[in-house]
Amino acid sequence: MGTYVIRVPDIGEGIAEVELVAWHVQPGDAVSEDQHLADVMTDKATVEVPSPVAGKVLTLGGGVGQVMAVGAELVRLDVEGAGNFKENEASAPAPSAPAAPVSIATEVIAQAPDAAPRAPAAAAARGSVAAPRPVAGRRKEGERPLASPAVRRRALDLGVELRFVHGSGPAGRIGHQDLDAYVAGQGQAMLTGASPYAERHGEEAVPVIGLRRKIAQKMQEAKRRIPHFSYVEEIDVTELEALRQQLNQRHGATRGKLTLLPFLARAMVCSLRDFPQINARYDDDAGVVTRHAPVHLGVATQTDGGLMVPVLRHAESLDLWAFAAGLTRVTEAARTGKAAREELSGSTITITSLGPLGGVVTTPVINHPEVAIVGVNRIIERPMLRGGQVVARQLMNLSSSFDHRVVDGMDAARFIQAMRALLETPALLFVE
Amino acid sequence: MTKEVTTKLLIIGGGPGGYVAGIRAGQLGIPTMLVEGASLGGTCLNIGCIPSKALIHAAHEFDQARAQATGSPTGIRVQRPQIDIAQTVRWKDGIVQRLTGGVGGLLRRAGVQVLKGWAEIEDGKTVTVKPHQGEPMRVRCEHLLLATGSEPVELPSMPFGGAIWSSTDALSPDLLPRRLVVVGAGYIGLELGMAYRKLGVDVTVVEAAQRVLPSYDEELTEPVLQALQKQGVVLHLGCSVAGWDAQHGVHVRIDARAEDFALPADRVLVAVGRRPRTAGFGLESLQLDMAGRHIAIDAHGRTSMRNVWAIGDVTGEPMLAHRAMAQGECVAEQIAGRNRRFEPMAIPAVCFTDPEVVVTGKTPGEARAAGMDCIDAAFPFAANGRAMTLEAASGFVRVVARRDNHLILGWQAVGKGVAELAAAFSQSIEMGARLEDVGHTIHAHPTLGEAVQEAALRALGQALHI
Repeated sequence: MGTYVIRVPDIGEGIAEVELVAWHVQPGDAVSEDQHLADVMTDKATVEVPSPVAGKVLTLGGGVGQVMAVGAELVRLDVEGAGNFKENEASAPAPSAPAAPVSIATEVIAQAPDAAPRAPAAAAARGSVAAPRPVAGRRKEGERPLASPAVRRRALDLGVELRFVHGSGPAGRIGHQDLDAYVAGQGQAMLTGASPYAERHGEEAVPVIGLRRKIAQKMQEAKRRIPHFSYVEEIDVTELEALRQQLNQRHGATRGKLTLLPFLARAMVCSLRDFPQINARYDDDAGVVTRHAPVHLGVATQTDGGLMVPVLRHAESLDLWAFAAGLTRVTEAARTGKAAREELSGSTITITSLGPLGGVVTTPVINHPEVAIVGVNRIIERPMLRGGQVVARQLMNLSSSFDHRVVDGMDAARFIQAMRALLETPALLFVE
Repeated sequence: MTKEVTTKLLIIGGGPGGYVAGIRAGQLGIPTMLVEGASLGGTCLNIGCIPSKALIHAAHEFDQARAQATGSPTGIRVQRPQIDIAQTVRWKDGIVQRLTGGVGGLLRRAGVQVLKGWAEIEDGKTVTVKPHQGEPMRVRCEHLLLATGSEPVELPSMPFGGAIWSSTDALSPDLLPRRLVVVGAGYIGLELGMAYRKLGVDVTVVEAAQRVLPSYDEELTEPVLQALQKQGVVLHLGCSVAGWDAQHGVHVRIDARAEDFALPADRVLVAVGRRPRTAGFGLESLQLDMAGRHIAIDAHGRTSMRNVWAIGDVTGEPMLAHRAMAQGECVAEQIAGRNRRFEPMAIPAVCFTDPEVVVTGKTPGEARAAGMDCIDAAFPFAANGRAMTLEAASGFVRVVARRDNHLILGWQAVGKGVAELAAAFSQSIEMGARLEDVGHTIHAHPTLGEAVQEAALRALGQALHI
C-alpha cells in the first residue's frame, strides 16, 4: 500500500490560486479512477478535479471556500502499490498541517522548492533560531529592485529602469534573463528608436479571463436580453455648480470636497420616489419585476482589472457628505480588490460617470437585471438665451438607458425631467 | 598675458576620487587635465589610509616581538627588541612614494595631463592653476570635477602645530613621545592610539561620548574596548578637552561632574573628525548648493551647476577612499556619454584597530529603525579553528537579513584580520544574496571565512559548529 497525493492542478493562463467550492468525496470514501473529487473555481470558471487513480481518501487538503495555491496538496489517497509520495521527502507541509491557505489579498506566491527544509523535523528538534520559510512576493511600492551590479549596469546601458522589470529570481532578484525578457517585450518600441512610420508586425492574443470574462458575459447578457432605449436631456447646472462651490468653500476643509456625483445621486433618489417602476430589478425568467423601496445605487467604476460596479446601499438615507464618503469607500474597496460581497451586488439602479471624459452623449448599457442606468456627460460652458440675453451657462447632458420591456418611454422621460427640475433649481433637492 | 589651455574635463584634486576619475576618463578618450598642488594620491596615499596601515603593521610587529621577549605561548623567544622609528618612517615613506609614483604612471598611461599647482576657480568653466614656480595658467574646460577632499578638524583651544598633532603629524613622528594623549576615540584616534601604544608609548584617550567608536554599535565595539584595556590604554570617556600647556599637559573636564584635571602629555593627537575642503580655491564663486558643510550632489554626482561635478569627501559622509573612487568612475563614464548612477547597495567601512571592525550594509539596529522585519545571527571566532591557530579567537561575524525572504541586508565583524572579509560581505549584498546563498556556498577550511558561512547558517537555524 502507498500514499498518493493529488495536487491542485495548474489550470493555465497564469492562474496561481483557486477557490475550493465543493467536495464530492469525504475521508474514508473509496474512489475509482476518473471519479469527480472536487470543484475548484478560478475567476468564476469552475473546474472539476478528477482522480487519476483508484484508492481510498485519507485526508482532504482544505475546506470549502478556502483559496489554495496551484500545486498545493488537494487530496491524499491510500492506493495499491507504491504511490507517488514518501513521508520524509515532503516538499509540502506534513499531513497534519494541510497545504497552507494563501490569501488573495496578500498575493503571496509559494516559494521555490530550494527553500524547503530537507529535514524539517530535525532542524526544529535542534531548537536553534527559528527562521520561517521565506516567500518570494511582488516588490512592494518603493522597494528597491534587487539586481547584481552587472545587471544594474546593463540596465543603465539599455536605458531600462529596473523598477519596471519583474524579478524572477529568489527574493525577487532580477537576472539577465529578466532584463532580456523585458527588452524583448514591452520595452522594445522605446529602445529601438524605430521610425514612427515603420511598419509594425505581430499580434498578441489576450485571453479573456477573470474579471474581463465576467464583464464580457454581463455585457452580452444585458444587450442580448434587454431592449434598450436611450434618452438624453440637457441640464443647466450653473446654479448647481455655484452651490457646490459654495459648499466646498464653506465646508470643504472639514467635511471634504464634494463632486457633482452626490448631487446627482440625491436628485435621483428624490425623483425615484414617484417612479418605483424604475428602481427595480426584472427577473425575466420568472416574469417578475421587483420594485425596491431602498435605493441601492450602483456606481460604475474603472479598476485596473476592468469595469466594476460597487454598490452604495441605502443611498436614500445619505446626505451629500455621507454619500461622498461612502462613494470613496466603496470605489476604493473595488479598486483595491477588498470589496465585500454586498458591496458588489444588489444594486437597484446604476449611475455611470466618466467625469471630464464624459463626452456629449453616451448610450450606457443597463446593469442587468436592473431596468435603468443614468450616464453623466461632461459640463460645457455655452452661450444660451435667457430672457432675450445671451448669457454663459454651464450645461451638461444626462444620457440614460431603460429596459423598454418594463419601462415605458413616457415614464422614463418624466423621470429624467423630474431629475432635471431638481438639478436646475438645486434648492428643491433639500425641500421635503 | 596668462597662458590659456582648453580641455574637455578638468579635475581639481589628485586623491583617490580625482585620480580614478582621471584614469577612467583617459581610458574613455576624454581629453583630461588634473590639478594637484601636493603629491598625487591625496590624503589616502600620503597622509591617510596607506601610511597609517604601514605604521600599524610596524607597531604590531614590534609589539609581538616585545611580547615574545617575555615568553609567548607559541614557544618563540627573542631578545629584547628595539625600534628605530626614523627607519620605520623612512620605510613607510618608501611605500608611499612607490604608490604615488604609480598613480602618476597610471595617469600618464591613460593620457591625463597632470598640472602641478593649486587651483583657483573663476567660474564653472574656467580655473586658474598657480604652479609652485612660474606663471599661472588658465584652463578652460567643458566639465569641471571637484575632488578636493577633506581636512582634519582643528580644536579652537588646541590649534595644530608644535606638540599638538594632527593625524598627518602622527604618521611622521621624528621621535616617539613618552606620553601621548589622543583626543577622540573614533576610528582615526583609536587606530593611531593603539599603534603608538604598541610602540611602547603611554597612551591616554579622551572621548566626549560614553564609549569608544561611538558610531558603531556596542556589541561590535566591546572586543575593541577589551583590547584597549588589555594593552593598557587609559580611557577617559564622557570627557572634553579645554586646552593644553607645556607644563601641565591637556586640560580635561569630566562633563557629567563638571570636574577638571590635567593629563600630562608630550604630544597630543587631535582626531575629532574631518571636514570637507570647500575653502581656499574659489569655490564660493560658483554659489553651489551646499548640504551643510559639504557640496550637495545628486545620484549622478552632479552639483547644482550644469557640468560641474563633485565626488569624494567634499560631498560629505561617508568619507572613504573607495566611495570616492567609485564616484569618480561613475562621473567619468557619464562625461563620456554613458548612463550611470551612483547607487551602491552598501559601502563597506573598516576600522583598523586591533581587533579590526568591518561594517557593510545595515546593522540590526539600523534595519529595525528603518521599519524592517529582520533576523540577525552572529558566529563567534572562538568556534573557528583558523582563528585559534592565529591566536585571534575573539570577536565574531554577524549577519542581518530580512525575515520574509532572507535577503541579506548587512554584515558586521570584529576580530583580527576581518578587514579582508569586507570583500565577501560587499559582494553578497551587491549580488542580492540571501542567507541560503551564503550558507550553502562551500567556504574553504580552515579560514576565518567559515565564520561568514556559519553566521548565515545560524540565521537560518542550521549552524553546524556551535
